[in-house]
Amino acid sequence: MSKKGYFTELYVGGKSLLVGLGVTFKACLQPIVTVQYPREKLDITPNYRGHIELRRDPESGECPCIVCGMCARACPSGCITVEGEKKEGEKGKTLTVFALDFTRCSLCGTCVETCPKGAIDFSQDYNIAGFTREEFHYDLIRRLEERG
Amino acid sequence: MSEAQAPLHHRFHLNMGPQHPSTHGVLRVILEMDGEYVLNPQPVLGYGHRMQEKMAEARAWPGFYPNTARMDYAGALHYNHGYCALIERLAGIEVPPRAEYIRVITSELNRIASHLLWYGALLLDLGAFTPILYTFDDREQILDILEDITGSRLTYCYFRAGGVSRDIDDKFVERTRAFITRLRSRFPMLEKLVNGNVIFLKRVEGVGIIDKDMCQRYGATGPVARGAGVPYDVRRAEPYSVYPEFDFEIPVGENGDSLDRFLVRFKEMEQSLRIIEQALDRLPDGPVMAKVPKKLKLSPGDVSFAVEAARGELTYYLISDGTEVPYRMRIRVPSYSNLSVLPELCHGMLLSDLVAAMGSLDLVIPEIDR
Repeated sequence: MSKKGYFTELYVGGKSLLVGLGVTFKACLQPIVTVQYPREKLDITPNYRGHIELRRDPESGECPCIVCGMCARACPSGCITVEGEKKEGEKGKTLTVFALDFTRCSLCGTCVETCPKGAIDFSQDYNIAGFTREEFHYDLIRRLEERG
Repeated sequence: MSEAQAPLHHRFHLNMGPQHPSTHGVLRVILEMDGEYVLNPQPVLGYGHRMQEKMAEARAWPGFYPNTARMDYAGALHYNHGYCALIERLAGIEVPPRAEYIRVITSELNRIASHLLWYGALLLDLGAFTPILYTFDDREQILDILEDITGSRLTYCYFRAGGVSRDIDDKFVERTRAFITRLRSRFPMLEKLVNGNVIFLKRVEGVGIIDKDMCQRYGATGPVARGAGVPYDVRRAEPYSVYPEFDFEIPVGENGDSLDRFLVRFKEMEQSLRIIEQALDRLPDGPVMAKVPKKLKLSPGDVSFAVEAARGELTYYLISDGTEVPYRMRIRVPSYSNLSVLPELCHGMLLSDLVAAMGSLDLVIPEIDR
């Protein structure tokens, strides 16, 4: 390499490094974009798809599930168990078991889409952690009652 | 000293991965080394094998929706798109125009997100830590936009055979337009910080040259082929969805080195923005889901569908025997072919150059192993 080429390259290269440093310096003066997670939390979008949850009909206040089992059949991983029994004096079946094995769920949402009565909805829980598998076997009827 | 003369005791084997930070996933490369030079890099695949193809053959076709996103976590919507379009082609389902536009907009957003991720990761491999923080900031905006509409941040399950699962609203359009303006204003900053940086240029210029012939022999597609000067893009070569309606360019490189592949992807982001802009302007009204029978038996026969994923050509091929469950499913992923150039490409290279060349291929390992 000629002497002239050497110095040109040194100049161009050095300049590019300084320009890059300028970008970093500018970013130092800009507002912080990160959130200090455990202490601060961002609001999650209402459209977030968490695990499924039974929901109540806003008019009657009851869960509209008719125990047809469409969700359990639609689930690609077979993580929903639905059972019901025939009670005297009532039309159709009554829901007795609605269990979700969240360890196998891949949050595709096919169950919510196939439900003919709109009895299932997505929850907003996202920071779920546990020590055992059983902690992720949800009894959705109990969760519905707990929510009131 | 030529390779034949090198004393054998100078040679040794080096394992790169399966937990190496620059392989971005569980890829293992066995490197036969002569000092600092790589003689024969052999990738070892299969650490993340989940039998995705077999899973498709063991369940009714709608059950495969969530699997598609789990092959390529960086560009999941393209995988969604390919699979849904495949079923539509086989069943003869007509997709409403609004749904097609939404598919294009979200797919292109996903492409930009994927390229931003790769951009930061490549520079991280090369030892520059700062750029990934900037690109992740931009990528985060896309994830927020897509989360609001699809419900998830990474492994989307948004497209359905016949349309999309949820309509977009004015808020989405507004946020996407704001994002386009934002990203365009960020390009000059990235160009100053990275594209002109002397250290970066010295690391990638003339490193890992892939020519047209090599692309053909190995079946390399996507930005790897386009970097070599092959203007092959499925969106143009075999147009699908509503892509023919948009005006966009296909950036190509000249020399086929790592820098060309880098620049091709960088320019592609701008082209994706152009497509999104046009699609938002012309977004038609109407339904987003066609009428699809709840129990749809796949008609006997075979069908294939190719889409342009962020890394290259993705093809689904399905053979049906007339039941709901596919008889055979074959998925051709771009990263697999792109990785296969590695032994020839990196023969005789410095170890640090191999990292640069491999980074410029933009490999996603779960997609290779699938």
